[in-house]
Amino acid sequence: MRVGVFICHCGSNIAGTIDVARVAAEMRKVPGVAFATNYMYTCSEPGQDEIKAAIKREKLNRIVVAACSPRMHELTFRRTIEKAGLNRYFLEMANIREHISWIGLDKEANTNKAIDAVKMAVAKVMNNKPLFSSSFKVNKRVLVIGGGVAGMQAALDCADGGLEVVLVEKSPSVGGMMARLDKTFPTIDCSICILGPKMVDVAQHDKIKLHAYSEIDEIKGYVGNYQIKIKKKATYVDWTKCTGCGLCMEKCPSKNSYDHFNFGVAPTKAINIPFPQAIPKKAKIDPQYCRQFVKGKCGVCAKICPTGAINYEMQDEIVTEDVGAIVVASGYGLLDIDKLPEYGGGRYPDVITGIQYERLLNASGPTEGHILRPSDKTEPKTIVFVSCAGSRDKSVGVPYCSNFCCMYIAKQAILTKDHIPDSQSYVFYMDIRSPGKGYDEFTRRAQEDYGAKYIRGRVSRIYPKGNKMVVQGADTLLGAQVEVEADLVVLANAVTAAPGAAALAEKLHISYDTFGFYVESHPKLRPVETNTSGVYLAGAAQGPKDIPASVGQGSAAAAKVLALFSKDMLESDPAIARVNESNCVGCLKCKMTCPFGAVVEKELRGGKIVASVIETVCAGCGVCTSTCPCGAIQLSHFTDNQLLAEVNAICQI
Amino acid sequence: MADREYAYYAGCSLEGTAVEYDMSMRQVFKALGVTLREPEDWSCCGSTPAHTVDHVLAAALAARNLSIIEKMGTDTVTVPCPSCLSAFKRAHLGMKGDESFRHAVNELLDEPYNGGVSPKSTLQIMYEDIGLEAIAKKVTHALPDLVVAPYYGCILNRPPAIAQFDDPENPISMDRILEAIGVKVSNFAFKVECCGAAFGVPKREMVNRLTARVLNMALDSGANCIAVACPLCQQNLDLRQSQVNSTMGTNFNIPILYFSQIVGLTYGLSPRELGLDKLIVSADVLVATRITVEELARKKAALEAEEKAQKARKKEDKTTTEET
Ligand SMILES: Cc1cc2nc3c(=O)[nH]c(=O)nc-3n(C[C@H](O)[C@H](O)[C@H](O)COP(=O)(O)OP(=O)(O)OC[C@H]3O[C@@H](n4cnc5c(N)ncnc54)[C@H](O)[C@@H]3O)c2cc1C
Ligand code: SF4
Ligand code: SF4
Repeated sequence: MRVGVFICHCGSNIAGTIDVARVAAEMRKVPGVAFATNYMYTCSEPGQDEIKAAIKREKLNRIVVAACSPRMHELTFRRTIEKAGLNRYFLEMANIREHISWIGLDKEANTNKAIDAVKMAVAKVMNNKPLFSSSFKVNKRVLVIGGGVAGMQAALDCADGGLEVVLVEKSPSVGGMMARLDKTFPTIDCSICILGPKMVDVAQHDKIKLHAYSEIDEIKGYVGNYQIKIKKKATYVDWTKCTGCGLCMEKCPSKNSYDHFNFGVAPTKAINIPFPQAIPKKAKIDPQYCRQFVKGKCGVCAKICPTGAINYEMQDEIVTEDVGAIVVASGYGLLDIDKLPEYGGGRYPDVITGIQYERLLNASGPTEGHILRPSDKTEPKTIVFVSCAGSRDKSVGVPYCSNFCCMYIAKQAILTKDHIPDSQSYVFYMDIRSPGKGYDEFTRRAQEDYGAKYIRGRVSRIYPKGNKMVVQGADTLLGAQVEVEADLVVLANAVTAAPGAAALAEKLHISYDTFGFYVESHPKLRPVETNTSGVYLAGAAQGPKDIPASVGQGSAAAAKVLALFSKDMLESDPAIARVNESNCVGCLKCKMTCPFGAVVEKELRGGKIVASVIETVCAGCGVCTSTCPCGAIQLSHFTDNQLLAEVNAICQI
Repeated sequence: MADREYAYYAGCSLEGTAVEYDMSMRQVFKALGVTLREPEDWSCCGSTPAHTVDHVLAAALAARNLSIIEKMGTDTVTVPCPSCLSAFKRAHLGMKGDESFRHAVNELLDEPYNGGVSPKSTLQIMYEDIGLEAIAKKVTHALPDLVVAPYYGCILNRPPAIAQFDDPENPISMDRILEAIGVKVSNFAFKVECCGAAFGVPKREMVNRLTARVLNMALDSGANCIAVACPLCQQNLDLRQSQVNSTMGTNFNIPILYFSQIVGLTYGLSPRELGLDKLIVSADVLVATRITVEELARKKAALEAEEKAQKARKKEDKTTTEET
């Protein structure tokens, strides 16, 4: 056995706090090590060439690279040694950067620790076995979760690229938040006018299958071969018959149903079509408001429906879809203003949220585009916008910036002036965050051309006085306290993760941060990938972002799926569990613990029961190996012998 | 309700400027079957000015009392004054959460404090332990003309991490207690607004302005008196009203009562027992409207009968006009 060891400097990243030459010198003393050296940038082309040359020259048959995390470059170096004729699993990496040089300043201690780490890698590599991947067929269908603008973009791009798409949307219509917006910054173009055609394309594309009012029930499988169970929630209306005529909604006597689409700005009927441009344009019943459900009698809609579509007996239905990749675009939520008691916490009707204001501005909203105060339906003349309502405030659990509120406040101030020329808008702000293209100019226009008065400071309290709302705050530029008597107050309440985001992440086996936003594989270099291969992210589900960024990510995720599906076969990772049938006693503890359901029971010819691993399902997590009382199930590339060899290496003095 | 027993730390204000808070609180607790046990040899709670100088010293002053109470064998001390409460809770929570702080404080004490006493405001005891139902049961009298603005002040519920009771921005415990005894409560937006009391000496004009704002808002909300649970709030709003009137050109005449005095009035206690004669802005006119619950019921019934009769008459009139 001839092991070659390459210690990387990573510029000064490693060499700054580890004596790399000494590590190399120490390694030369280790039995089995035929060659050890240190090198400036091992991952560079000359660095890799050096490894290849040394393999030939020194007749090396096992390689250790002591450098950064294997997450970063294990694949790089596996390819390198493969090119030099070695099996790629004859490589081990010792992570002396993230685990050692970056976390300690004591060079002596670091160097000693690095020597141990590299010794472990040497011991391991000497016990490595050659492994070979098998390949499997890819199901070239893609699941997109969430039909907001990001999800629709991903779905359309995939479909245009020739893929079959399954789009699952939780609410009755696609469109997401953007469908609720009036105009969009920084161009003030009508939101539904630019979104509507996309929604129609989604509905009409022959490669897109839409499951609206549906949720993900269960996800099984792995990249290339997922089995998805989708729960189609009961709408109590047979959508194959419903024509969207809206007669039921007109006649329904239950008028106080909460309107989710309009964020409660006005009530809706118990049977409703969310908005005129809805896709699909179908009715559904909210059973908690429907008299038929609550009181057991009514049946008005069933009588009126010309196509006999109403079905009060309808049940949720589970359908299954097989796909090979998943794009998650489940969007965002908004902070409940209950959490902001100093701003009334929802007690004052004339203190509303930004999204509710969008609905007041919108021609197809409950007020038909007339800005009217919720309390007395009069036109407000003084409007105060409060930015960072909850955002950047640790005390409500939102330390981050919500990204697009500064911009939509400027937009709403401009639109307010358009709607009510003799109005005056005030904006309380901490700082104006408008770094996008054309964005700063836009916020300036709100101030300079539309006369919005920007006050730099936070609002401490909002309280009613007569029929006005007094907004009390600080003007930190004047160093004074200010009070504005407003007719209407609009809170830019913080952006949060979408409701149910964490539960969905658990089903997908992807990670999410403390706030519920999904975590990308690398913040700079892999922004739409997750750490679960085959699952991609798009839009505000990953963090607050505006429409241009959401659409960009939708397209990026689609490109990733198209690249993945450009091959017919994918290579499987051979580092999976295998059963030594002669040691297995058939207790099947492994079967019970495997979180992926990869272990099954198998009967041998003599009638002996043993465990057996389904190669494509095993994720290589290793849970089974620590459960097995006989050591019969072993994870290839991480066998007991290999791990013990590492332990022995550092226990030797 | 089983009889309850609490340690009761009145503090210095309640022996002086706020003696009526002490009197009324004791009467109300007595009526509710609560026994109060006063710690012997109690001393300063350590709030202003100690806490502006040294946290360890301030905590030690508070903890001295807590350690005495701990020895009495009770696990809860109820404290009427929010400043005392805040000092106690800061010491208690600080010593519980931080070992080195506990050592530093105990170092200054003869007897160490081991963290066995939880300090609670009298309001919290009423609201959480005794409960609205039991509070309502003792009511014998009504104050039908009273409309109360409940004023909690700035420190009773703040900071939330220390106070650990009710909402820091929109507290409701006093509202609910007053409603439970049948008193009308106004929708008062300045429940926790600063009245400026702490600046009474260095910045009088500011305090006058802030006090005027609170009083104004109470009137705007339709109230004819203000209920408080803090000696400093009471003193500031009550004592300073004439000063506010003379400097701001206003004409305020709003009685500022402790919530316990109002509760006591509905329990049929005499104004004297409740120390109502100690108020600067007299509440006599309001108190004079007090009637028994039975009387109120009679009045209500009479009113309803009158209304019914009127309706009947109207109906009759209508039918007769229709006939003609
Ligand atoms: C008041 C306001 C004004 C704004 N104005 C502008 C503007 O002028 N310009 C601009 O660029 N941006 C604006 N924005 C931001 C804009 O709304 C977002 O950038 C955009 O909606 C993000 O799109 P998305 O598809 O990622 O998420 P969303 O629009 O939130 O869509 C997500 C979709 O996924 C669905 N979903 C959620 N969970 C699940 C699940 N578990 N399963 C299935 N489906 C699910 C949701 O129902 C929804 O349809 C504004 C935002 C607000 C609040
Ligand atoms: S291999 Fe890793 S440690 Fe070495 S230069 Fe490249 S990035 Fe840096
Ligand atoms: S359910 Fe019937 S009445 Fe209602 S929209 Fe559909 S077709 Fe029209």
